[in-house]
Amino acid sequence: MALPTYATKLERVWHYTYLVLCAAIFFFLIAPIVVVIPLSFNVEPYFTFTDKMLSFDPTGYSMRWYDSLLTFGMAKPDAPRDLSWWADVWQNAKWVQAAKSSLIIGFFSTIVATVLGTLAALGLSRPEMPYRRIIMAILISPMIVPIIITATGMFFFYSNPCEPLTWIGLNPQCGRLAGTYLGVILAHATLGIPFVIITVTATLIGFDQSLSRAAASLGANPRTTFFRIIMPLILPGVISGALFAFVTSFDEVVAVLFIAGPDQQTIPRQMWNGIREQISPAILAVATLLVIFSIALLTVVEMLRRRSERLRGITPH
Amino acid sequence: MANALDPHAASATKASGLAPSGPLTTADGQPLTRALARSSRRARRRALLLVLPLLLFILITFVFPIGQMLQRSVKNDGFSANMPQLSAWFDANDRSVEPDEAAWGALAADLQAAAEARTIGVVGTRINYDVPGTRSLFTSAGRKVKDGVEPPFRAAMLELDEKWGDPKLWSAMREASSPYTGNFYLAAIDRARDENGSIVQAPEQQRIYVKLFMRTFWLSFVITCTTFLLGFPIAHLLATLPTRKSNLLMILVLLPFWTSLLVRTTAWMVLLQQQGVVNDILVWLGVINDNQRLQMIFNQTGTIVAMTHILLPFMILPLYSVMRTINPSYVRAARSLGATSWTAFRRIYFPQTLPGLGAGALLVFILAVGYYITPALVGGSSGQLISNMIAMHMTQTLNWSMAAALAALLLGGVLILYWVYDRLVGIDNLKLG
Amino acid sequence: MKRILVLSTALCGLAFAAQAQNKEVNVVSWGGAYEKSQVEAYNIPFAEKTGIKVNMIAADNPATPLKAQVEAKNITGDVFDIELSDAIRLCDEGALVEINADDLPPAPDGTPAKDDFVPGALQDCAVANIVWGTVISFDTTKFGDNPPKTAADFFDTAKFPGKRGLPKNPKRTLYLALIADGVAPDKIYETLATPEGVERAFKKLDTIKKDVVWWEAGAQPVQLLADGEVTMTTVYNGRIFDAMVAEKKPFEIIWDGQYMDFDLFAIPKGSPNPEAAMEYLKFATSTEQLANQAKWISYGPARKSSDALVGKYQDGVTEMGPHMPTKAEHLTTAVYDDPEFWADRAAEMTEQFNAWLAAS
Repeated sequence: MALPTYATKLERVWHYTYLVLCAAIFFFLIAPIVVVIPLSFNVEPYFTFTDKMLSFDPTGYSMRWYDSLLTFGMAKPDAPRDLSWWADVWQNAKWVQAAKSSLIIGFFSTIVATVLGTLAALGLSRPEMPYRRIIMAILISPMIVPIIITATGMFFFYSNPCEPLTWIGLNPQCGRLAGTYLGVILAHATLGIPFVIITVTATLIGFDQSLSRAAASLGANPRTTFFRIIMPLILPGVISGALFAFVTSFDEVVAVLFIAGPDQQTIPRQMWNGIREQISPAILAVATLLVIFSIALLTVVEMLRRRSERLRGITPH
Repeated sequence: MANALDPHAASATKASGLAPSGPLTTADGQPLTRALARSSRRARRRALLLVLPLLLFILITFVFPIGQMLQRSVKNDGFSANMPQLSAWFDANDRSVEPDEAAWGALAADLQAAAEARTIGVVGTRINYDVPGTRSLFTSAGRKVKDGVEPPFRAAMLELDEKWGDPKLWSAMREASSPYTGNFYLAAIDRARDENGSIVQAPEQQRIYVKLFMRTFWLSFVITCTTFLLGFPIAHLLATLPTRKSNLLMILVLLPFWTSLLVRTTAWMVLLQQQGVVNDILVWLGVINDNQRLQMIFNQTGTIVAMTHILLPFMILPLYSVMRTINPSYVRAARSLGATSWTAFRRIYFPQTLPGLGAGALLVFILAVGYYITPALVGGSSGQLISNMIAMHMTQTLNWSMAAALAALLLGGVLILYWVYDRLVGIDNLKLG
Repeated sequence: MKRILVLSTALCGLAFAAQAQNKEVNVVSWGGAYEKSQVEAYNIPFAEKTGIKVNMIAADNPATPLKAQVEAKNITGDVFDIELSDAIRLCDEGALVEINADDLPPAPDGTPAKDDFVPGALQDCAVANIVWGTVISFDTTKFGDNPPKTAADFFDTAKFPGKRGLPKNPKRTLYLALIADGVAPDKIYETLATPEGVERAFKKLDTIKKDVVWWEAGAQPVQLLADGEVTMTTVYNGRIFDAMVAEKKPFEIIWDGQYMDFDLFAIPKGSPNPEAAMEYLKFATSTEQLANQAKWISYGPARKSSDALVGKYQDGVTEMGPHMPTKAEHLTTAVYDDPEFWADRAAEMTEQFNAWLAAS
């Protein structure tokens, strides 16, 4: 993004204006996070910068909301903080349970969405694929329908998943999916699939089909071709699709409220819980922890990438 | 798809046409056309097989349940199933026939049966959708006729409550005597049926849905534009910076994803309200007086700011992925041929970013149409969108038929836009991430 | 023989253990501080007394999953905590189990349940556990020596400057406008039933429309008041009590024109554990438990006999009595929720309210 040497004076001015503009937009993007982090240390249960906080009075700050993430729901929150206290946290603390549920649901629904979505995208990007438009429209439709309608419709279906079979004269009993982890995972996978489809199809448009033909002509079977040739090339698209799918599941509350039972208490469900009375600033502490966690994660990924570049002898440009 | 035709099949036809001495054959003696057609069939089958698991999955877990849900928009048997005798009378007599003693008798008998079966509330609720204020008419009549009604029925019913004589009520009951109705769609576009069954506009103070539909689509359009204005420079910067720097900046784009919707919305309230951070800073800087604090939230501005923030990554990522593939030498070539930097951008660079822009715009627009929690919390009186009304009918008035009708119209609107988009940009050009 | 005896005893023990374990009841409620008060006052003592495990499930509005479960014929909740108009409507639609008032435990002094509950708290299919009010509250630091005292003051932005917080729904706004406009509390629904009355309410609301910050969830108004974004707002009385007493905020309640609602327990037909559900409902709505709940949240018990037992707040200092929405002085200008009116008119009124909001 260096300025070319032949740039005119006007272009120089524009260039620096542009950089300032970009900085402002980046600031816009993280502005809410900038507010959320200090507020998560507020002593008071409000989302307000108190006078004490503004004058950097230490009594205006506290760790109480972080503490409440651990102690809320514990059997013996006041016991000495030894090993058994932490075991209690792991077993009973509501936010810890919520994090576990969210991770389980997010992980498996992302896997389902990514595997099915990538396979379908492979098929959709083949030139010989029939009825592409209509199929594409069906596959991305979960993104369009208002979530409250989707959630209710899904609830009916998951309450008695065998109902369609009764129309063709069968009468099987297959229990129900509503109120189970599997039900929520399948529902979230459905919601995440459009993102995977769109990203992976886009990556495959730039994919050179002759590479896979070359692999086949050199004797690779379809499986080898897929894992050794296609997969490494489309991986960035698959990863960003998976990321979208995971985020969709991680922040989804409406479908969870309908489909999940008492055991599938996810983080967003815990956040919205009791909004009729009060929103706990603990949600700010959760957000802060997630931000720190994701910065760490993305930094590690970036460092690994640079290391592998160095090892492979690619000079960064 | 025109180009879905197998290129091999096409060349095979050509080849056979070129050979006058007879059809070409493969090594094992089969006609080449047939062999190629078979192989192209196999290829199509393989492509379908790859899509099939997901297609079945979506059809079963999504399309089927949604269809079942949307079916409620035209089907509501709350009246017809619980008032069989009166429904039969409506079937036998058309609109011109005044309700006679037989009809009144059927009404009384049905009310009595429904009261006993405790389904009278279902009947009343169904009619209440069309004639507000009649639910209690049914439930209270149900309580009174439990012990039976003596003929003449017309007089007896009118004695219970003279509202039973209202021609509008009878018209609504006639409408409801069939389980299928288009009335919910009429209501969803601010129309109703009068006592003669003809379609009229709803009373002026109740016309709301058309307005909200227009507001929803307009607001989504505005938000799409703002995300484009803010997202384009960022995507361009990310795409032209060296990977090391752009990857670090990319973290800033992805961070908002990790803060829940509720947290972000709350944060915007903290920032933008009159006693909020931004106003405080402006007052502190002396830009505005303490008593002239700006109203930036609980109005349309608040909705646009918060929604733009939430949807911005969905615009940046597809734009970025397309911009990365644009070869910088085209712009250089244009410059060397004498184009100003503006012309080079407008004529050379920008057109190449269109697929990414299309994908981003589609994503942002569709997502914006369905969002309602954020506008409800930060939008003040202008924060009511059509999805809010859907949610309201789902969770508060429990009128699911109405919610389904509104959702079907919303879905229809989005699908039309999707079709237009497909015509203009082509769905194959969707690029994201 | 001995072996058989041992074996059968073991089997019996197993069967018994399994049975004891199977006994549970799923209660769907509103979550948050309200759920906590129910856990403390009902669930823990109930489990101790009967050995039945209580699972709490939080919902945005329990009536929605209730209707969904009934329609899907897949009922997983045993007891639902719902609002009055939903209780009446779902009862009329035949979705709820009818509850005989004679089955409910009498008051400690022997008064039968049907005389002990406050009027309206006992419905055909539901029993109220709390009475809660939507009240006007203001920031005492904003008005000095001459604080607002009435609902009419809420609409007087000249004398009491500052923004106002109101919920974004017709049910808890229109009545307040009429009260402020001089309509007697017992004439509210009569007035609202006529188009002129509705117009009168909207006219009154028009006078402060530009000064209103509309809130959506009960958590919001207290936040708005704490931020100084509004100087006066309507708010659920339990939440504002929490801010005044537990968080020591300088807020005060105006008990003029409070809107009284019930939260009721109802059992859907075909629930998985009907006996345990009924047992829970009877236990939770007994005099002592209702009084206990007030220790955790400032909502009024639905039984008159509980009033005497209402003691101190969990901090051990604050007497709860004066903070109860059911206190006699607080009831003089209270407007009670009219479920029949709202079951009839909710949809129409909401449409009209939204049209009014959108016209600006």
